[in-house]
Amino acid sequence: MIDTLRLTAEEAKRLLEVREISGAELFAAYLEAIGVRDEELHCYLHVCDDPGGDGIPIAVKDVIGTKGIPTTAGSRILENYVPVYDSTVVERCKGHGLRVLGKTNTDEFAMGSSTENSAYGPSHNPWDPARVPGGSGGGSAAAVSGGLAPWALGSDTGGSIKQPSALCGNVGLRPTYGTVSRYGIVALASSLDQVGPVARTVRDCAYLYSIIAGRDAHDTTTVELPRPVVLPEDENLRGIRIGVPQELNETEGIEPGVSAAVRAAIAKLEGLGADVAECSLPLSVEYGMPCYYLIMPAEASSNLARYDGVRYGHRAAAAERLEMYEQTREQGFGDEPKRRIMVGTYALSAGYYDAYYGQAQKVRTVIKGEHDALFETFDALVSPTSPTVAFPLGARTADPIAMYLSDLLTIPSCMAGLPGLSIPCGLSDGLPVGLQLIGPQFAENTLFRIGHALEQEIGFDPVPERLRA
Amino acid sequence: MAIDREQLLHVAHLARLELREDELERLEGQLNDILAAVSKVSELDLSGVPPTSHPLDVVNVWEDDEPKACLSVEEALANAPEREGDFFKVPPGGAA
Repeated sequence: MIDTLRLTAEEAKRLLEVREISGAELFAAYLEAIGVRDEELHCYLHVCDDPGGDGIPIAVKDVIGTKGIPTTAGSRILENYVPVYDSTVVERCKGHGLRVLGKTNTDEFAMGSSTENSAYGPSHNPWDPARVPGGSGGGSAAAVSGGLAPWALGSDTGGSIKQPSALCGNVGLRPTYGTVSRYGIVALASSLDQVGPVARTVRDCAYLYSIIAGRDAHDTTTVELPRPVVLPEDENLRGIRIGVPQELNETEGIEPGVSAAVRAAIAKLEGLGADVAECSLPLSVEYGMPCYYLIMPAEASSNLARYDGVRYGHRAAAAERLEMYEQTREQGFGDEPKRRIMVGTYALSAGYYDAYYGQAQKVRTVIKGEHDALFETFDALVSPTSPTVAFPLGARTADPIAMYLSDLLTIPSCMAGLPGLSIPCGLSDGLPVGLQLIGPQFAENTLFRIGHALEQEIGFDPVPERLRA
Repeated sequence: MAIDREQLLHVAHLARLELREDELERLEGQLNDILAAVSKVSELDLSGVPPTSHPLDVVNVWEDDEPKACLSVEEALANAPEREGDFFKVPPGGAA
């Protein structure tokens, strides 16, 4: 009997290697779990047949292109789109024998923090199905947390891996910008988008990162990792210097239960031997949100120009070409993509470019500079991942700005291209609290080391209480 | 800098979106709220600060100009809403 709620990818790999289970049995166990629980959780937009082989199954966020498997990005405009090539990350996973279980739900074009912007309906949090799993990669996070996949690929622009990982009690990594290929990924904001792993343990997260990372000739923004990925072993944190930025830990809107869980975890870091000290990011948090909500929609409005009904995707019936473009986009896009396309187009239009996009890019320099300065003193920074635990479905849908604030604490480091690891650090009101560790560029190994030590010390049970046997 | 109905229609046209009346009404309020929030970036005097367009210092990535395997015509057209021979077919022009 395979317990998909508890099986780690590392253990699955071992069981496959010693032939205690077959690849077919393992794949079937996940399909069975999906059959039992996905009607309630709605993690998957498409479930695959077993492609054969003896590797570990994996769930893939539906913005990541998969050859011969529908890739909708959670949008009606791509409802019938079936890629004719694999994204590089999926190709690399297949090269390691991993087998795609299915495509997971996402806010439309990864625009959102709850999956409620998916054209195919929201996913539900396995800890409490009346609550959101976070977003945009809520399908991947809920699938891992609900035992419907051992691990998954997500994508992160301003928090879409870390925030849902926090809300579902998973480990999620947003890698250093440029270390994972974006080839074959449905683009949101190209200077920010990164693919990364969602897993049940830090070691699984590190292992999946080692599979997908590295330069890809198909994506000229990628670089080779300066050092190979090291799977973390049990060791203390003596000599590690950790900063606690006041603005990321004491900002208005952080729930008391979230603060308490993170503070308790920070005390554990000290207990493990780390040097912990307060520090400050004076402008990054206050100006991170407005900066992000200019740069991201500007780049999105440009990236989404390709959905015009000409080469793939939905096409509206119209007698003339301009009419065809305008009606295709009107019919195919939901409210949030339209909103961001409008904001971005306005911010890039003649007369406003310097005041909005140009100024935001300068703010980005300031944010990067503030972080760089802290990393002269610290190896990593720590804070809550999300200001709140999972919120009820519908709680923020009427107010776009309230929804945008879900990513308040993840956005600044994304703007600076820095890696961030979210791990579960406890519960508040019975719901998981995520803690994020932010490092300088290419410091994933340091984050894995700290995250693993803290994970062992905390002993968080990643199986949702209501699903425990 | 409040955005009025005329500007909204202009931006929608630039973005090739034919928005419905109810969407225009909703967006007018929401866009003004969002623009008011993001205009916060203008509080900072950043006249001497260079812009960051990309977080890594990667410049001029060159590759040899050699043919490689690529999609066949059939693959490239596999998702075409409409095709004619080896071409994507679209409705005739009209003013753009």
